[in-house]
Amino acid sequence: MIELEGEIQPVGELFQSPDANAAREFFRHKSRAMVDKRMSVPEAVARFIHDGDYIATGGFGSVRFSTAVLHEIVRTRKRNLGFSGHSTTHDFQILAAGRVIDRCDIAYVVGLEIRGLSPNGRRFMESGTVRTTEWSNAGLGWRYKAAAMGVPFLPARVMLGSDTLRYSAGRLIEDPFTGQKLLAVPALYPDVGIIHVHQADIFGNAQIDGTSIVDLDLAKASKRLIITTERIVETEEFRRDPRKTSIPYWQVDAVCHVPFGSYPGNMPFEYFSDERHLAEWVEVEQDEARFAAFLEHYIYGVNNFETYLALAAGEQRLAELRSLEILKRV
Amino acid sequence: MVTADARYSLMELMICAAARQLEDNQTAVIGTGAPLAAAMLAQKTTAPNLVILFEAGAMATILERLPISVSGSETQTRALVHGSMLEVMEACQRGLVDYTFLGGAQIDMYGNLNSTMIGSDYRHPKVRLPGSGGANDLASLCWKTMATMHHDVRRFVPRVDFITSPGYLTGPGAREAAGLPPDTGPYKVISTLGVMGFDPLTKRMQVESLHPGVTREDIAAATGFEMLFAAALEVTPEPTDVQLDILRTQVDPQGMILGKPERRKAG
Repeated sequence: MIELEGEIQPVGELFQSPDANAAREFFRHKSRAMVDKRMSVPEAVARFIHDGDYIATGGFGSVRFSTAVLHEIVRTRKRNLGFSGHSTTHDFQILAAGRVIDRCDIAYVVGLEIRGLSPNGRRFMESGTVRTTEWSNAGLGWRYKAAAMGVPFLPARVMLGSDTLRYSAGRLIEDPFTGQKLLAVPALYPDVGIIHVHQADIFGNAQIDGTSIVDLDLAKASKRLIITTERIVETEEFRRDPRKTSIPYWQVDAVCHVPFGSYPGNMPFEYFSDERHLAEWVEVEQDEARFAAFLEHYIYGVNNFETYLALAAGEQRLAELRSLEILKRV
Repeated sequence: MVTADARYSLMELMICAAARQLEDNQTAVIGTGAPLAAAMLAQKTTAPNLVILFEAGAMATILERLPISVSGSETQTRALVHGSMLEVMEACQRGLVDYTFLGGAQIDMYGNLNSTMIGSDYRHPKVRLPGSGGANDLASLCWKTMATMHHDVRRFVPRVDFITSPGYLTGPGAREAAGLPPDTGPYKVISTLGVMGFDPLTKRMQVESLHPGVTREDIAAATGFEMLFAAALEVTPEPTDVQLDILRTQVDPQGMILGKPERRKAG
Protein backbone atom coordinates (compact mmCIF):
# COMPACT_ATOMS: atom_id res chain seq x y z
CA MET A 1 0.00 0.00 0.00
CA ILE A 2 1.37 3.37 -1.01
CA GLU A 3 0.75 6.50 1.01
CA LEU A 4 -1.38 9.05 -0.78
CA GLU A 5 0.70 11.69 -2.51
CA GLY A 6 0.03 15.37 -2.00
CA GLU A 7 -1.57 14.75 1.38
CA ILE A 8 -0.33 16.14 4.65
CA GLN A 9 0.42 13.02 6.66
CA PRO A 10 -0.09 12.83 10.46
CA VAL A 11 2.79 13.88 12.70
CA GLY A 12 2.11 11.82 15.84
CA GLU A 13 4.62 9.40 17.33
CA LEU A 14 4.10 5.63 16.91
CA PHE A 15 5.01 4.07 20.26
CA GLN A 16 4.74 0.33 19.42
CA SER A 17 5.87 -1.44 16.28
CA PRO A 18 2.98 -2.71 14.12
CA ASP A 19 5.29 -5.34 12.55
CA ALA A 20 3.14 -8.47 12.19
CA ASN A 21 6.14 -10.73 11.54
CA ALA A 22 7.84 -9.67 14.76
CA ALA A 23 4.57 -10.34 16.58
CA ARG A 24 4.28 -13.77 14.95
CA GLU A 25 7.78 -14.59 16.15
CA PHE A 26 6.78 -13.60 19.69
CA PHE A 27 3.55 -15.62 19.61
CA ARG A 28 5.44 -18.58 18.08
CA HIS A 29 7.26 -18.96 21.37
CA LYS A 30 4.42 -18.12 23.74
CA SER A 31 3.66 -21.19 25.89
CA ARG A 32 0.54 -23.17 25.01
CA ALA A 33 0.82 -25.30 28.13
CA MET A 34 -2.41 -25.70 30.06
CA VAL A 35 -0.91 -25.09 33.47
CA ASP A 36 -2.16 -23.53 36.69
CA LYS A 37 -1.53 -19.79 36.25
CA ARG A 38 -2.98 -18.62 39.52
CA MET A 39 -0.84 -16.12 41.37
CA SER A 40 -1.18 -13.05 43.55
CA VAL A 41 -1.48 -9.61 41.98
CA PRO A 42 1.95 -8.56 43.34
CA GLU A 43 3.53 -11.65 41.76
CA ALA A 44 1.80 -11.06 38.41
CA VAL A 45 2.90 -7.42 38.31
CA ALA A 46 6.47 -8.31 39.33
CA ARG A 47 6.73 -11.07 36.73
CA PHE A 48 4.98 -9.52 33.76
CA ILE A 49 5.14 -5.73 33.99
CA HIS A 50 8.55 -4.11 33.66
CA ASP A 51 9.66 -0.49 33.61
CA GLY A 52 9.29 0.88 30.10
CA ASP A 53 6.59 -1.61 29.04
CA TYR A 54 3.55 -0.51 27.03
CA ILE A 55 0.36 -1.52 28.85
CA ALA A 56 -3.33 -1.55 27.97
CA THR A 57 -6.32 -2.00 30.26
CA GLY A 58 -9.69 -3.53 29.52
CA GLY A 59 -13.10 -2.18 30.38
CA PHE A 60 -14.37 1.29 29.62
CA GLY A 61 -14.67 4.37 31.76
CA SER A 62 -15.54 3.36 35.28
CA VAL A 63 -16.64 -0.12 34.22
CA ARG A 64 -14.84 -3.47 34.60
CA PHE A 65 -11.23 -2.36 34.91
CA SER A 66 -8.62 -4.06 37.08
CA THR A 67 -8.12 -1.75 40.03
CA ALA A 68 -5.93 -4.22 41.93
CA VAL A 69 -3.29 -4.42 39.17
CA LEU A 70 -3.33 -0.66 38.60
CA HIS A 71 -2.82 0.02 42.32
CA GLU A 72 0.05 -2.49 42.41
CA ILE A 73 1.71 -0.75 39.43
CA VAL A 74 1.52 2.54 41.33
CA ARG A 75 2.49 1.02 44.70
CA THR A 76 5.64 -0.60 43.24
CA ARG A 77 6.48 2.69 41.51
CA LYS A 78 6.86 1.38 37.98
CA ARG A 79 8.49 3.89 35.65
CA ASN A 80 8.24 5.04 32.04
CA LEU A 81 5.28 2.91 31.07
CA GLY A 82 3.47 3.47 27.80
CA PHE A 83 -0.32 3.43 28.00
CA SER A 84 -3.21 2.97 25.62
CA GLY A 85 -5.99 5.28 26.78
CA HIS A 86 -9.16 4.23 25.03
CA SER A 87 -12.02 5.69 27.04
CA THR A 88 -10.17 5.35 30.29
CA THR A 89 -11.40 7.26 33.31
CA HIS A 90 -10.64 5.95 36.79
CA ASP A 91 -7.93 3.62 35.47
CA PHE A 92 -6.16 6.61 33.95
CA GLN A 93 -6.74 8.53 37.19
CA ILE A 94 -4.84 5.84 39.13
CA LEU A 95 -1.90 5.75 36.70
CA ALA A 96 -1.76 9.57 36.63
CA ALA A 97 -1.77 9.59 40.43
CA GLY A 98 1.39 7.45 40.41
CA ARG A 99 3.04 9.39 37.55
CA VAL A 100 4.03 6.00 36.13
CA ILE A 101 3.52 6.68 32.40
CA ASP A 102 5.63 8.78 30.04
CA ARG A 103 3.81 8.17 26.74
CA CYS A 104 0.17 7.73 25.93
CA ASP A 105 -1.99 6.89 22.94
CA ILE A 106 -5.06 8.97 23.72
CA ALA A 107 -8.63 8.41 22.74
CA TYR A 108 -10.08 9.55 26.06
CA VAL A 109 -8.11 10.41 29.22
CA VAL A 110 -8.46 13.01 32.02
CA GLY A 111 -12.25 13.05 31.55
CA LEU A 112 -14.58 11.24 33.93
CA GLU A 113 -17.73 11.37 31.79
CA ILE A 114 -20.60 12.97 33.75
CA ARG A 115 -18.35 13.27 36.83
CA GLY A 116 -16.21 16.02 35.27
CA LEU A 117 -12.45 16.21 34.71
CA SER A 118 -9.66 14.80 36.90
CA PRO A 119 -7.71 17.78 38.33
CA ASN A 120 -4.59 15.66 38.89
CA GLY A 121 -4.94 14.02 35.48
CA ARG A 122 -5.04 17.48 33.93
CA ARG A 123 -1.98 18.69 35.85
CA PHE A 124 -0.11 15.55 34.77
CA MET A 125 -1.06 15.86 31.09
CA GLU A 126 -0.35 19.60 31.06
CA SER A 127 3.08 19.12 32.72
CA GLY A 128 4.83 18.27 29.45
CA THR A 129 6.24 15.00 30.83
CA VAL A 130 3.96 12.71 28.81
CA ARG A 131 4.40 12.23 25.05
CA THR A 132 0.96 11.90 23.46
CA THR A 133 -0.57 10.69 20.20
CA GLU A 134 -4.27 11.19 19.42
CA TRP A 135 -6.78 8.60 18.23
CA SER A 136 -10.51 8.00 18.35
CA ASN A 137 -12.06 5.12 20.28
CA ALA A 138 -12.76 3.16 17.09
CA GLY A 139 -9.35 4.07 15.65
CA LEU A 140 -7.62 2.70 18.73
CA GLY A 141 -10.00 -0.27 18.87
CA TRP A 142 -9.26 -1.18 15.26
CA ARG A 143 -5.55 -1.01 16.09
CA TYR A 144 -6.12 -3.87 18.56
CA LYS A 145 -8.25 -5.64 15.97
CA ALA A 146 -5.50 -5.40 13.34
CA ALA A 147 -3.08 -6.94 15.85
CA ALA A 148 -5.67 -9.59 16.73
CA MET A 149 -5.98 -10.41 13.02
CA GLY A 150 -2.20 -10.55 12.61
CA VAL A 151 -2.10 -7.80 9.98
CA PRO A 152 0.01 -4.63 10.28
CA PHE A 153 -2.88 -2.18 9.74
CA LEU A 154 -6.57 -1.82 9.03
CA PRO A 155 -8.27 0.74 6.79
CA ALA A 156 -10.86 2.97 8.45
CA ARG A 157 -13.12 5.91 7.62
CA VAL A 158 -12.76 7.83 10.87
CA MET A 159 -10.54 10.71 12.01
CA LEU A 160 -10.34 12.01 8.40
CA GLY A 161 -10.16 15.80 8.05
CA SER A 162 -9.65 16.39 11.77
CA ASP A 163 -6.82 17.48 14.06
CA THR A 164 -7.30 14.12 15.80
CA LEU A 165 -5.92 12.69 12.54
CA ARG A 166 -3.13 15.28 12.31
CA TYR A 167 -1.74 14.37 15.74
CA SER A 168 -2.25 10.62 15.27
CA ALA A 169 0.29 8.18 13.86
CA GLY A 170 -2.03 6.85 11.16
CA ARG A 171 -1.37 7.16 7.44
CA LEU A 172 -3.63 8.35 4.61
CA ILE A 173 -3.86 5.72 1.90
CA GLU A 174 -5.74 5.09 -1.31
CA ASP A 175 -8.22 2.23 -1.59
CA PRO A 176 -6.81 0.08 -4.46
CA PHE A 177 -10.34 -0.95 -5.50
CA THR A 178 -12.32 2.31 -5.56
CA GLY A 179 -9.63 4.96 -5.23
CA GLN A 180 -11.20 6.41 -2.09
CA LYS A 181 -9.17 8.05 0.62
CA LEU A 182 -8.83 5.96 3.78
CA LEU A 183 -7.00 6.05 7.08
CA ALA A 184 -4.62 3.18 7.83
CA VAL A 185 -4.43 2.54 11.57
CA PRO A 186 -1.34 0.59 12.62
CA ALA A 187 -1.68 -2.65 14.58
CA LEU A 188 -1.15 -2.17 18.31
CA TYR A 189 0.51 -5.03 20.18
CA PRO A 190 0.69 -4.01 23.87
CA ASP A 191 3.47 -5.61 25.91
CA VAL A 192 0.93 -6.30 28.64
CA GLY A 193 -2.86 -6.39 28.64
CA ILE A 194 -4.75 -6.21 31.94
CA ILE A 195 -8.37 -7.37 31.99
CA HIS A 196 -10.87 -7.95 34.78
CA VAL A 197 -13.44 -10.72 34.18
CA HIS A 198 -16.39 -12.34 35.88
CA GLN A 199 -15.00 -15.84 36.09
CA ALA A 200 -11.98 -17.82 34.99
CA ASP A 201 -10.51 -21.24 35.52
CA ILE A 202 -7.00 -21.80 36.87
CA PHE A 203 -5.55 -21.99 33.34
CA GLY A 204 -6.95 -18.64 32.18
CA ASN A 205 -10.11 -19.53 30.27
CA ALA A 206 -12.17 -16.47 31.06
CA GLN A 207 -15.75 -15.30 30.82
CA ILE A 208 -16.90 -11.68 30.44
CA ASP A 209 -20.59 -10.93 30.96
CA GLY A 210 -22.26 -7.83 29.58
CA THR A 211 -20.57 -5.74 26.90
CA SER A 212 -17.05 -6.82 26.02
CA ILE A 213 -15.91 -3.31 24.92
CA VAL A 214 -12.65 -4.02 23.01
CA ASP A 215 -11.36 -6.64 25.41
CA LEU A 216 -11.57 -9.69 23.15
CA ASP A 217 -9.31 -8.02 20.57
CA LEU A 218 -7.12 -6.53 23.29
CA ALA A 219 -6.66 -10.01 24.77
CA LYS A 220 -5.55 -11.36 21.38
CA ALA A 221 -3.29 -8.39 20.66
CA SER A 222 -1.45 -8.41 24.01
CA LYS A 223 1.89 -10.18 24.18
CA ARG A 224 1.36 -10.92 27.86
CA LEU A 225 -2.03 -10.93 29.53
CA ILE A 226 -2.94 -10.58 33.20
CA ILE A 227 -6.48 -11.61 34.11
CA THR A 228 -8.06 -10.68 37.41
CA THR A 229 -11.31 -12.44 38.14
CA GLU A 230 -14.26 -12.19 40.50
CA ARG A 231 -14.44 -15.99 40.76
CA ILE A 232 -12.41 -19.09 39.97
CA VAL A 233 -14.48 -21.86 38.39
CA GLU A 234 -13.89 -25.38 37.08
CA THR A 235 -12.75 -25.80 33.46
CA GLU A 236 -15.84 -27.97 33.02
CA GLU A 237 -17.96 -24.75 33.08
CA PHE A 238 -16.36 -23.82 29.76
CA ARG A 239 -16.23 -27.33 28.30
CA ARG A 240 -19.95 -27.67 28.99
CA ASP A 241 -20.84 -24.34 27.40
CA PRO A 242 -18.08 -22.90 25.20
CA ARG A 243 -20.18 -19.77 24.60
CA LYS A 244 -18.84 -18.71 27.98
CA THR A 245 -15.24 -18.63 26.79
CA SER A 246 -14.58 -14.97 26.05
CA ILE A 247 -10.80 -15.43 26.31
CA PRO A 248 -9.12 -18.86 25.84
CA TYR A 249 -6.36 -19.93 28.22
CA TRP A 250 -3.48 -19.84 25.71
CA GLN A 251 -3.67 -16.05 25.57
CA VAL A 252 -3.37 -15.72 29.35
CA ASP A 253 -0.22 -15.50 31.49
CA ALA A 254 -1.59 -14.84 34.96
CA VAL A 255 -4.89 -15.52 36.72
CA CYS A 256 -5.43 -13.49 39.88
CA HIS A 257 -8.47 -14.13 42.05
CA VAL A 258 -9.68 -10.66 43.11
CA PRO A 259 -13.29 -10.40 44.31
CA PHE A 260 -14.58 -6.82 43.92
CA GLY A 261 -11.54 -6.35 41.67
CA SER A 262 -13.18 -3.54 39.71
CA TYR A 263 -14.07 -1.52 42.82
CA PRO A 264 -14.73 1.48 42.88
CA GLY A 265 -15.87 0.80 39.34
CA ASN A 266 -19.02 -0.92 38.13
CA MET A 267 -18.93 -4.67 37.42
CA PRO A 268 -22.03 -5.53 35.36
CA PHE A 269 -24.20 -8.22 36.99
CA GLU A 270 -22.08 -8.01 40.17
CA TYR A 271 -21.91 -4.56 41.79
CA PHE A 272 -22.39 -0.90 40.94
CA SER A 273 -19.75 1.83 41.07
CA ASP A 274 -19.04 3.51 44.41
CA GLU A 275 -19.94 7.06 43.41
CA ARG A 276 -19.13 8.40 46.90
CA HIS A 277 -15.55 7.14 46.71
CA LEU A 278 -15.12 8.27 43.09
CA ALA A 279 -16.41 11.74 44.04
CA GLU A 280 -13.94 11.82 46.93
CA TRP A 281 -11.05 11.09 44.50
CA VAL A 282 -12.02 14.01 42.27
CA GLU A 283 -12.54 16.34 45.20
CA VAL A 284 -9.28 15.53 46.95
CA GLU A 285 -7.29 15.80 43.69
CA GLN A 286 -7.88 19.55 43.73
CA ASP A 287 -5.29 19.96 46.47
CA GLU A 288 -1.90 18.32 45.83
CA ALA A 289 -0.95 17.93 49.51
CA ARG A 290 -4.29 16.40 50.45
CA PHE A 291 -4.11 14.14 47.41
CA ALA A 292 -0.63 12.93 48.41
CA ALA A 293 -1.98 12.02 51.85
CA PHE A 294 -4.99 10.32 50.24
CA LEU A 295 -2.71 8.18 48.07
CA GLU A 296 -0.51 7.33 51.04
CA HIS A 297 -3.61 6.25 52.96
CA TYR A 298 -5.15 4.13 50.21
CA ILE A 299 -2.29 2.90 47.99
CA TYR A 300 1.31 3.47 49.13
CA GLY A 301 0.61 2.85 52.81
CA VAL A 302 -1.23 -0.45 52.36
CA ASN A 303 0.14 -3.84 51.37
CA ASN A 304 -2.54 -4.95 48.98
CA PHE A 305 -5.87 -4.32 47.31
CA GLU A 306 -7.83 -6.17 50.00
CA THR A 307 -6.69 -3.65 52.61
CA TYR A 308 -7.71 -0.80 50.31
CA LEU A 309 -11.14 -2.40 49.87
CA ALA A 310 -11.59 -2.61 53.64
CA LEU A 311 -10.43 0.98 54.14
CA ALA A 312 -12.37 2.58 51.28
CA ALA A 313 -15.56 0.57 51.41
CA GLY A 314 -15.90 -2.11 54.09
CA GLU A 315 -18.28 -5.04 54.06
CA GLN A 316 -21.46 -3.04 54.54
CA ARG A 317 -20.74 -0.67 51.66
CA LEU A 318 -19.76 -3.56 49.37
CA ALA A 319 -23.09 -5.23 50.15
CA GLU A 320 -24.83 -1.95 49.31
CA LEU A 321 -23.02 -1.78 45.98
CA ARG A 322 -24.21 -5.29 45.18
CA SER A 323 -27.81 -4.23 45.82
CA LEU A 324 -27.37 -1.05 43.74
CA GLU A 325 -26.41 -3.09 40.67
CA ILE A 326 -29.25 -2.96 38.13
CA LEU A 327 -28.36 -5.98 35.97
CA LYS A 328 -29.53 -9.19 37.63
CA ARG A 329 -28.70 -12.75 36.63
CA VAL A 330 -31.65 -14.85 35.53
CA MET B 1 -30.47 28.57 34.77
CA VAL B 2 -33.34 31.00 34.72
CA THR B 3 -36.06 30.78 32.08
CA ALA B 4 -38.99 33.02 31.22
CA ASP B 5 -41.32 30.44 32.74
CA ALA B 6 -40.61 29.27 36.28
CA ARG B 7 -42.45 26.03 35.45
CA TYR B 8 -39.29 24.54 33.92
CA SER B 9 -35.53 25.04 33.88
CA LEU B 10 -33.35 25.80 30.86
CA MET B 11 -31.85 22.31 31.08
CA GLU B 12 -35.34 20.81 30.95
CA LEU B 13 -36.18 22.95 27.91
CA MET B 14 -33.00 21.79 26.15
CA ILE B 15 -33.58 18.12 26.96
CA CYS B 16 -37.14 18.32 25.61
CA ALA B 17 -35.94 20.12 22.47
CA ALA B 18 -33.30 17.42 22.00
CA ALA B 19 -35.79 14.59 22.58
CA ARG B 20 -38.02 16.04 19.86
CA GLN B 21 -35.25 15.50 17.28
CA LEU B 22 -35.10 11.75 17.84
CA GLU B 23 -37.50 9.87 15.57
CA ASP B 24 -39.20 6.58 16.31
CA ASN B 25 -37.78 3.47 14.61
CA GLN B 26 -34.41 5.12 14.04
CA THR B 27 -30.99 4.23 15.40
CA ALA B 28 -28.94 6.54 17.61
CA VAL B 29 -25.63 6.33 19.45
CA ILE B 30 -25.98 8.49 22.52
CA GLY B 31 -23.24 10.15 24.58
CA THR B 32 -23.19 10.86 28.30
CA GLY B 33 -25.07 13.69 30.06
CA ALA B 34 -28.02 15.69 28.70
CA PRO B 35 -28.27 13.72 25.41
CA LEU B 36 -28.88 10.56 27.42
CA ALA B 37 -31.69 12.20 29.36
CA ALA B 38 -33.16 13.30 26.00
CA ALA B 39 -32.94 9.80 24.53
CA MET B 40 -34.53 8.28 27.62
CA LEU B 41 -37.33 10.86 27.53
CA ALA B 42 -37.89 10.20 23.81
CA GLN B 43 -38.02 6.45 24.45
CA LYS B 44 -40.68 7.00 27.14
CA THR B 45 -42.78 9.39 25.02
CA THR B 46 -42.55 10.05 21.27
CA ALA B 47 -40.07 7.38 20.17
CA PRO B 48 -40.79 4.12 22.02
CA ASN B 49 -39.04 2.13 19.29
CA LEU B 50 -35.92 4.31 19.19
CA VAL B 51 -32.97 1.92 18.89
CA ILE B 52 -30.45 3.23 21.38
CA LEU B 53 -26.86 2.11 20.93
CA PHE B 54 -23.97 2.77 23.27
CA GLU B 55 -20.40 2.98 22.09
CA ALA B 56 -19.25 0.45 24.70
CA GLY B 57 -21.33 -2.23 22.98
CA ALA B 58 -24.90 -2.30 24.30
CA MET B 59 -27.55 -2.29 21.56
CA ALA B 60 -31.32 -1.76 21.55
CA THR B 61 -31.36 -0.98 25.24
CA ILE B 62 -34.57 -0.15 27.08
CA LEU B 63 -33.34 2.38 29.60
CA GLU B 64 -34.54 1.87 33.15
CA ARG B 65 -32.13 4.14 34.99
CA LEU B 66 -30.22 7.17 33.69
CA PRO B 67 -26.64 6.00 32.96
CA ILE B 68 -23.67 7.72 34.60
CA SER B 69 -21.25 6.18 32.11
CA VAL B 70 -21.93 5.15 28.49
CA SER B 71 -20.51 1.75 29.38
CA GLY B 72 -22.26 1.11 32.70
CA SER B 73 -24.82 -1.49 33.66
CA GLU B 74 -27.64 1.05 33.13
CA THR B 75 -26.79 1.11 29.39
CA GLN B 76 -27.31 -2.65 29.18
CA THR B 77 -30.79 -3.12 30.69
CA ARG B 78 -33.11 -5.23 28.53
CA ALA B 79 -30.72 -4.82 25.58
CA LEU B 80 -30.94 -7.14 22.60
CA VAL B 81 -27.15 -7.29 22.26
CA HIS B 82 -24.33 -7.08 24.77
CA GLY B 83 -21.73 -6.61 22.07
CA SER B 84 -18.46 -4.77 21.63
CA MET B 85 -17.41 -1.21 20.93
CA LEU B 86 -16.21 -2.14 17.47
CA GLU B 87 -19.53 -3.80 16.60
CA VAL B 88 -21.29 -0.50 17.32
CA MET B 89 -18.67 1.58 15.48
CA GLU B 90 -18.77 -0.82 12.53
CA ALA B 91 -22.57 -0.45 12.37
CA CYS B 92 -21.94 3.30 12.12
CA GLN B 93 -19.34 2.75 9.41
CA ARG B 94 -21.74 0.50 7.44
CA GLY B 95 -24.29 3.34 7.37
CA LEU B 96 -26.76 1.81 9.79
CA VAL B 97 -26.83 4.57 12.39
CA ASP B 98 -29.04 7.63 11.88
CA TYR B 99 -28.24 9.92 14.79
CA THR B 100 -25.58 10.72 17.26
CA PHE B 101 -25.61 13.25 20.05
CA LEU B 102 -22.36 14.85 21.23
CA GLY B 103 -21.02 17.71 23.31
CA GLY B 104 -17.82 19.72 23.32
CA ALA B 105 -15.88 22.64 24.73
CA GLN B 106 -15.91 24.64 21.47
CA ILE B 107 -17.90 24.67 18.22
CA ASP B 108 -17.50 26.78 15.07
CA MET B 109 -19.91 27.87 12.33
CA TYR B 110 -19.32 24.63 10.39
CA GLY B 111 -20.12 22.51 13.44
CA ASN B 112 -16.52 21.37 14.02
CA LEU B 113 -16.21 20.28 17.65
CA ASN B 114 -13.28 20.53 20.05
CA SER B 115 -13.00 18.27 23.09
CA THR B 116 -9.20 17.78 23.06
CA MET B 117 -7.38 20.89 24.25
CA ILE B 118 -7.58 24.65 24.74
CA GLY B 119 -4.55 26.64 23.57
CA SER B 120 -2.55 27.38 20.45
CA ASP B 121 0.07 24.61 20.73
CA TYR B 122 -0.98 20.95 20.89
CA ARG B 123 2.27 20.03 22.66
CA HIS B 124 1.72 22.66 25.36
CA PRO B 125 -2.03 22.86 26.02
CA LYS B 126 -3.42 25.52 28.33
CA VAL B 127 -6.15 23.06 29.24
CA ARG B 128 -5.98 19.37 28.44
CA LEU B 129 -9.43 17.95 27.76
CA PRO B 130 -10.33 14.26 27.34
CA GLY B 131 -9.87 13.93 23.57
CA SER B 132 -12.15 12.27 21.04
CA GLY B 133 -13.37 9.23 22.87
CA GLY B 134 -15.92 7.97 20.39
CA ALA B 135 -16.99 11.47 19.32
CA ASN B 136 -14.81 11.66 16.21
CA ASP B 137 -16.01 8.24 15.05
CA LEU B 138 -19.66 9.11 15.54
CA ALA B 139 -19.35 12.57 13.93
CA SER B 140 -17.53 10.94 11.00
CA LEU B 141 -19.89 8.03 10.42
CA CYS B 142 -23.44 8.67 11.66
CA TRP B 143 -25.86 10.23 9.18
CA LYS B 144 -26.90 13.14 11.39
CA THR B 145 -24.78 14.58 14.17
CA MET B 146 -26.32 16.65 16.93
CA ALA B 147 -24.68 18.52 19.78
CA THR B 148 -25.80 20.16 22.98
CA MET B 149 -23.79 23.22 24.06
CA HIS B 150 -23.85 26.06 26.56
CA HIS B 151 -24.18 29.15 24.36
CA ASP B 152 -21.51 31.83 24.91
CA VAL B 153 -18.63 33.43 22.98
CA ARG B 154 -16.03 31.18 24.62
CA ARG B 155 -17.76 28.12 23.19
CA PHE B 156 -19.23 29.40 19.89
CA VAL B 157 -15.93 30.50 18.40
CA PRO B 158 -14.69 31.63 14.96
CA ARG B 159 -12.08 28.87 14.98
CA VAL B 160 -11.90 25.90 17.33
CA ASP B 161 -8.46 25.38 18.89
CA PHE B 162 -8.48 21.74 17.77
CA ILE B 163 -10.88 19.90 15.46
CA THR B 164 -11.51 16.79 17.53
CA SER B 165 -14.63 15.76 15.62
CA PRO B 166 -15.37 16.89 12.09
CA GLY B 167 -18.28 19.15 11.25
CA TYR B 168 -18.37 20.51 7.72
CA LEU B 169 -14.63 21.32 8.17
CA THR B 170 -13.98 24.35 5.89
CA GLY B 171 -17.36 24.33 4.15
CA PRO B 172 -19.25 22.64 1.28
CA GLY B 173 -17.49 19.56 -0.11
CA ALA B 174 -14.74 19.52 2.51
CA ARG B 175 -15.93 16.37 4.29
CA GLU B 176 -16.07 14.40 1.06
CA ALA B 177 -12.64 15.73 0.01
CA ALA B 178 -11.23 14.53 3.32
CA GLY B 179 -12.56 11.03 2.60
CA LEU B 180 -15.51 11.06 5.00
CA PRO B 181 -18.67 9.22 3.90
CA PRO B 182 -20.92 11.40 1.70
CA ASP B 183 -24.07 13.05 3.00
CA THR B 184 -23.06 12.87 6.66
CA GLY B 185 -22.44 15.80 8.99
CA PRO B 186 -23.81 18.18 11.60
CA TYR B 187 -27.59 18.35 11.77
CA LYS B 188 -28.69 20.27 14.88
CA VAL B 189 -27.07 22.15 17.73
CA ILE B 190 -29.23 22.59 20.79
CA SER B 191 -27.83 25.37 22.94
CA THR B 192 -28.96 27.23 26.02
CA LEU B 193 -30.35 29.96 23.72
CA GLY B 194 -31.84 28.20 20.73
CA VAL B 195 -31.91 25.34 18.24
CA MET B 196 -29.57 25.69 15.28
CA GLY B 197 -29.44 23.81 11.99
CA PHE B 198 -27.09 24.18 9.01
CA ASP B 199 -27.75 26.07 5.79
CA PRO B 200 -27.81 23.42 3.02
CA LEU B 201 -25.80 25.53 0.56
CA THR B 202 -23.13 27.16 2.71
CA LYS B 203 -23.08 24.47 5.45
CA ARG B 204 -23.03 27.32 7.99
CA MET B 205 -24.84 27.22 11.30
CA GLN B 206 -28.19 28.99 11.35
CA VAL B 207 -30.74 29.55 14.08
CA GLU B 208 -34.02 27.73 13.49
CA SER B 209 -35.73 28.47 16.77
CA LEU B 210 -35.18 30.83 19.68
CA HIS B 211 -35.87 29.58 23.19
CA PRO B 212 -38.80 31.46 24.82
CA GLY B 213 -37.69 34.96 25.87
CA VAL B 214 -34.45 34.86 23.83
CA THR B 215 -33.89 37.45 21.05
CA ARG B 216 -31.79 37.35 17.87
CA GLU B 217 -29.57 39.96 19.50
CA ASP B 218 -29.00 37.69 22.51
CA ILE B 219 -27.74 34.92 20.22
CA ALA B 220 -25.64 37.24 18.07
CA ALA B 221 -23.99 38.66 21.20
CA ALA B 222 -23.28 35.18 22.59
CA THR B 223 -21.74 33.88 19.34
CA GLY B 224 -18.13 34.49 18.29
CA PHE B 225 -18.88 34.12 14.56
CA GLU B 226 -21.55 35.57 12.29
CA MET B 227 -24.63 33.48 13.03
CA LEU B 228 -27.22 33.01 10.29
CA PHE B 229 -30.94 33.08 11.02
CA ALA B 230 -33.55 31.03 9.17
CA ALA B 231 -36.17 33.04 7.26
CA ALA B 232 -38.98 31.40 9.22
CA LEU B 233 -37.59 31.76 12.74
CA GLU B 234 -39.61 29.88 15.33
CA VAL B 235 -39.85 29.75 19.10
CA THR B 236 -38.69 26.51 20.71
CA PRO B 237 -41.76 24.70 22.07
CA GLU B 238 -41.97 24.71 25.84
CA PRO B 239 -41.90 21.39 27.71
CA THR B 240 -45.34 20.01 28.42
CA ASP B 241 -46.40 19.07 31.95
CA VAL B 242 -46.33 15.43 30.94
CA GLN B 243 -42.75 15.72 29.64
CA LEU B 244 -41.65 17.50 32.81
CA ASP B 245 -43.27 14.92 35.01
CA ILE B 246 -41.62 12.01 33.17
CA LEU B 247 -38.27 13.79 33.18
CA ARG B 248 -38.36 14.50 36.90
CA THR B 249 -39.93 11.30 38.19
CA GLN B 250 -38.77 8.63 35.72
CA VAL B 251 -35.74 9.85 33.77
CA ASP B 252 -33.70 11.70 36.39
CA PRO B 253 -35.31 11.50 39.84
CA GLN B 254 -31.87 11.89 41.43
CA GLY B 255 -31.17 15.17 39.64
CA MET B 256 -27.89 14.01 38.06
CA ILE B 257 -28.51 16.13 34.98
CA LEU B 258 -31.48 18.26 36.02
CA GLY B 259 -29.95 19.37 39.32
CA LYS B 260 -31.45 18.87 42.74
CA PRO B 261 -35.22 19.51 43.05
CA GLU B 262 -34.75 22.48 45.42
CA ARG B 263 -32.37 24.17 42.98
CA ARG B 264 -34.73 23.43 40.14
CA LYS B 265 -37.52 25.37 41.83
CA ALA B 266 -35.24 28.35 42.41
CA GLY B 267 -34.23 28.20 38.73
